[in-house]
Amino acid sequence: MVFKPFKSLVTIGLMFAVFLLGGCQLTVLDPKGPVAEQQKDLINWSIGFMLFIVVVVFVLFTWIVVKYRDRVGHKGYDPEQEGSKWLEVLWTAIPIVIVIALAVPTVKTIHSLDKPPKATSHKDPLVIHATSVDWKWVFTYPKQNIETVNYINIPEDRPILFKITSADSMSSFWIPQLGGQEYGMAGMETKLYLQADHTGTYLGRNSNFTGKGMANQTFTVKAQTENDFNNWVKDTQSKAPKLTKDQYDHLMLPGNVKKMTFSSTHLKWVDHAKDQEYALKVRKKLGKEESQSH
Amino acid sequence: MEHSEKYDSNTPLEYQSEQGRLNILGFWVFLGAEVALFSTLFGTYLVLMHRNAGGPMLTDLFELKGVLIETFLLLASSFTCGLAIHEMRRNNQKGLVVWMIITLLLGLGFLGFEIDEFISYVGEGASLQTSAALSGFFVLVGTHGLHVTMGVGWIICILIQVASRGLTPVTTRKLFISSLYWHFLDFVWIFIFTAVYLTGWVMM
Amino acid sequence: MSLDKFFVTGDPLIYGADVSIVLTMVAIVFVLTYFKKWKWLWKEWLTTVDHKKIGIMYIIAAIAMLFRGGVDALLMRTQLAVPNAKFLESQHYNEIFTTHGTIMILFMAMPFIIGLMNIAVPLQIGARDVAYPYLNAISFWSFFMGAMLFNISFVIGGSPDAGWTSYMPLASNEMSPGPGENYYLLGLQLSGIGTLLTGVNFLVTIFKMRAPGMKLFQMPMFTWSSLITCVIIIFAFPILTVALALLTFDRLFGSHFFTLDGGGLDMMWANLFWLWGHPEVYIVILPAFGMFSDIISTFAKKTIFGYKAMVYSMIVISVLSFIVWVHHFFTMGNTAAVNDFFSISTMLISIPTGVKIFNWLFTMYRGKIQFTTPMLWALAFIPNFVIGGVTGVMLAMAAADYQYHNTYFLIAHFHYVLIAGTVFGCFAGFHYWYPKMFGHKLNERLGKWCFWLFIIGFNICFLPQFFLGLDGMPRRIFTYGADTGWFSLNMLSTVGAFLMGAGFIVLVYNVYYSFRHSKREETGDAWDGRTLEWATSSAIPPHYNFAKIPVVTGYDAFWKMKQEGVSMKLKPEEVKPIHMPSNSGRPFVMSVFLFIAGFGLVWEWWPMAIVGGAGILLCLALRSFDYDDGYHVSVEEIKETENITV
Ligand code: HEA
Ligand code: HEA
Ligand code: CUA
Ligand SMILES: [Cu+2]
Repeated sequence: MVFKPFKSLVTIGLMFAVFLLGGCQLTVLDPKGPVAEQQKDLINWSIGFMLFIVVVVFVLFTWIVVKYRDRVGHKGYDPEQEGSKWLEVLWTAIPIVIVIALAVPTVKTIHSLDKPPKATSHKDPLVIHATSVDWKWVFTYPKQNIETVNYINIPEDRPILFKITSADSMSSFWIPQLGGQEYGMAGMETKLYLQADHTGTYLGRNSNFTGKGMANQTFTVKAQTENDFNNWVKDTQSKAPKLTKDQYDHLMLPGNVKKMTFSSTHLKWVDHAKDQEYALKVRKKLGKEESQSH
Repeated sequence: MEHSEKYDSNTPLEYQSEQGRLNILGFWVFLGAEVALFSTLFGTYLVLMHRNAGGPMLTDLFELKGVLIETFLLLASSFTCGLAIHEMRRNNQKGLVVWMIITLLLGLGFLGFEIDEFISYVGEGASLQTSAALSGFFVLVGTHGLHVTMGVGWIICILIQVASRGLTPVTTRKLFISSLYWHFLDFVWIFIFTAVYLTGWVMM
Repeated sequence: MSLDKFFVTGDPLIYGADVSIVLTMVAIVFVLTYFKKWKWLWKEWLTTVDHKKIGIMYIIAAIAMLFRGGVDALLMRTQLAVPNAKFLESQHYNEIFTTHGTIMILFMAMPFIIGLMNIAVPLQIGARDVAYPYLNAISFWSFFMGAMLFNISFVIGGSPDAGWTSYMPLASNEMSPGPGENYYLLGLQLSGIGTLLTGVNFLVTIFKMRAPGMKLFQMPMFTWSSLITCVIIIFAFPILTVALALLTFDRLFGSHFFTLDGGGLDMMWANLFWLWGHPEVYIVILPAFGMFSDIISTFAKKTIFGYKAMVYSMIVISVLSFIVWVHHFFTMGNTAAVNDFFSISTMLISIPTGVKIFNWLFTMYRGKIQFTTPMLWALAFIPNFVIGGVTGVMLAMAAADYQYHNTYFLIAHFHYVLIAGTVFGCFAGFHYWYPKMFGHKLNERLGKWCFWLFIIGFNICFLPQFFLGLDGMPRRIFTYGADTGWFSLNMLSTVGAFLMGAGFIVLVYNVYYSFRHSKREETGDAWDGRTLEWATSSAIPPHYNFAKIPVVTGYDAFWKMKQEGVSMKLKPEEVKPIHMPSNSGRPFVMSVFLFIAGFGLVWEWWPMAIVGGAGILLCLALRSFDYDDGYHVSVEEIKETENITV
């Protein structure tokens, strides 16, 4: 009686296994750049070991529970058995080996993600500042003197160095198909190298909880050919409006906004990586103006 | 809880009952938790001590004389507290009470200087609200001061009990535990003195 | 302040809660008055210092909180079942996951475990009570008032909404105005103090009050796990106390520990929180490990496999638990070397945990396994927890965690360890010690229904979440678009959650059903047990626990006594009066002052806070002057309770 529902569990498990094998569509396991690629390799490597461990435990478990259940004709009962040095050494040693097998590639990957991807390391990375403000992303191309809100265009096959910060809450900058996330914090700058191997549009977002509008704090990443990208830069520089201080200050107010493009940047007024109070002060000031005008 | 246990006369009174031994061990464990508490506050202070947000630096504020007197008072009180327990072990109630009262007076003196110090800082525009470094300073030192205050109140309660009941296993236990507490506060102060004030001067 | 800021308004859910709170209160008052039970309530429960009654109160509170947290969970799952759902709006959803997480960990898991510790540990070591029964009552009541303070935020003033982690600067006055966060800070502070005192209390109890002959390495596994847990509590909880106090200062007194202005450092909150928070998850898992050891050994009819390894592995886990906290923020801009260190230190925990898993398996090897309800929960723990554990190791691989962090992969991981570990453990212990607490077993058939509903629902609910995480679904979002492709797995997950809810209802019904219909226990040894709690004479142990303190000669003490035919039965001339501590109403009164002080601080009503504070000090001072020595249980009473006739 006890084992019948067990079967349904096994069935569910199998269904998921099938899903997993056929499920390479899962965003994180469908990388579009070398960073996410390395992470996917690491994940797959670990999944292998984990499946092995799970199978060993499940098989042992099933075997023991079935064989030694209390039933008529039960055999092999030995209440005095209280340990076995060799067995215990064995199941200490094997996990140690597995941990080493997992730790080595982990450490390697951690260090390699600290630098631009190997294959393109001769190219000079494109620098983009990513600043989160409740609940939007402000992107700055300092060299190009361009600023965008809630979207970026990037060239393919070239490392991008994101300099991430925040004007207020602690956020996390994440483009799953290009690579793992990194926090953005006011008064501090974190760095993240990413790169796209293919043209296409990818979704990015803030994945760290920052309050009401966080679920919609997303942005799009359009990876283009080098040429298209350069054209876009030129176009923007000549056609997009300049960013005014007043406009920027209004961006500091909490809220979701649409995509925007400017041909100048906010860096001349403030670098949130150095000034963690800016947004707060602006909010106080604007809050006062609002209440006075009413 | 067993009443019939026999002890040779060398066992101090406070260790002679089961409950006495339990409480003393429990208090040591509690002090372990206090160590964790103060370590956290120290860690916080050390991380924040340079973040003065353009406000006054701690090192500009410290006054050598006050702090030295404060330190001396507390160290002395720890010593007199030890003497009090010594008298308690000799079953000399009067000596105990006298030394304990001196301990309390020294403790109150310490608090007086500390409060004075705080007031003068606030007068110079350096308060809890000024900067992270000062928040860290006031809370670390203030927590210690609050502990001393609690200690003073507690020991007064116990002395009243000694006056009305004499030296019994219960009152000696309480005295002994409160003395542990007092020495512990002294010990914490040494760290505060070193980490907050001495390093402050060294950096000046 | 206007009244509509005080009472939360404008939402049918809230009005529903208001009505049900008022109705429940009226019903309780009515029942107590009608059956003339006020005095009974005061004398038997509110003033009790008996560890068993305190344990029962902890467990009742925990189950109530499981209900509250569970309702939160079902609300969230309903909202997430379909894309673009309009069931809850953002603010409301945020409050609900915050209260869900906080309540489940601090007001459900912790008291459940501490409750079971209260029930079992003194009995397992053959003690009359804990070392400080009075303090034990204070622990319970300050936990209870903390939980109440936290819970009323839902209808009075609004709930916290910055996550159970309450990261700064999100939780600052500027970004989370209103009393919600203050409720979080003070509710946790009050219950945290209770937990810390429990840690001190049980540490001393286990060290000093073991029955004669019981060496440390002869203690039952649950007692061992409780001892180690106490050590973790003593070093971890002060960190929480400080962190909460500092954030309270930031919010109430304008200090700058974690704020954006004044040079505060938001990252320090994250560090302090997890310096406590990671040990905390082992605080809630180790006692569960201990219970599984005792239960598996009881129902496999075998002594535990590798006793020493079981103990040392727990010690190693407890040490490691203090040096892994950074794995909660691998992505906070740490240097590669820092992430290396914390990756590896975290992975190391899998080694002692693995030793435990295999030792449990081999405890059953060559055993004679009986599938009672407590054993089913213990059995289900093994495979399910391993899934949670190995995915934890995947998270520990920092470079990969950049992709899992803040996603449903993480949510799935911790529900697999928290539910399959802690909750299954609590359920197992609850069924196992139920006859000790109430003198009858829970119905086995209903127990199995509950078990299968819950365990199938659990897997249907959380297995899909691993895949949602890998598909890029972040945690803490109140809704998602239809184009994300997350719909079907979310729907599945919601179905599973409701199955778990059904299991929970069966559990509660089982309590009622068994109260009416279960056979009463007579021997006190309901399961043919191995440890001393089964050696007390009555089905519900008398307040003094043991008429005669047993003498222990080895591990599995009671089993041994049964094998060797040693009887616990007293001869009439052996009966001696027993010294017991008196009841006291002061812990309860003091906790009411704690509540008043807490509520005053939440609303920044200083006079109220000061009144509360003064009340607390007064209670402390009165205790100092209290010379009540307790009383002696008379020989006649013992003879009558123990059925000893001359
Ligand atoms: C009961 C609670 C509990 C337990 C026991 C654990 C156990 C573990 N946890 Fe978990 N964890 C949580 C509760 C818990 N966790 C919670 C609540 C969070 C999130 C909080 C939040 O953000 O809100 C979290 C988050 C969390 C993170 C942060 C991820 C992130 O935010 O990005 C990490 C990363 O390392 C982690 C790792 C681990 C590991 C390695 C273990 C290990 O202890 C597991 C060890 C067990 C095994 C490995 C299985 C048995 C072993 C074998 C069969 C031997 C062979 C195995 C190997 C060699 C691998 N946990
Ligand atoms: C021990 C801890 C514990 C337990 C037991 C649970 C139990 C459950 N949890 Fe919880 N969970 C956490 C700890 C826990 N959780 C934590 C710490 C977080 C993180 C919070 C944060 O991000 O800050 C979290 C977050 C969390 C999320 C993510 C929210 C988000 O990030 O957006 C989800 C989503 O599915 C979830 C689901 C569930 C479910 C379905 C259960 C089920 O097991 C619940 C079982 C259900 C019941 C027991 C219901 C009983 C009630 C009834 C049957 C009554 C029905 C009546 C009515 C509906 C009126 N939990
Ligand atoms: Cu990192 Cu601020
Ligand atoms: Cu952790």
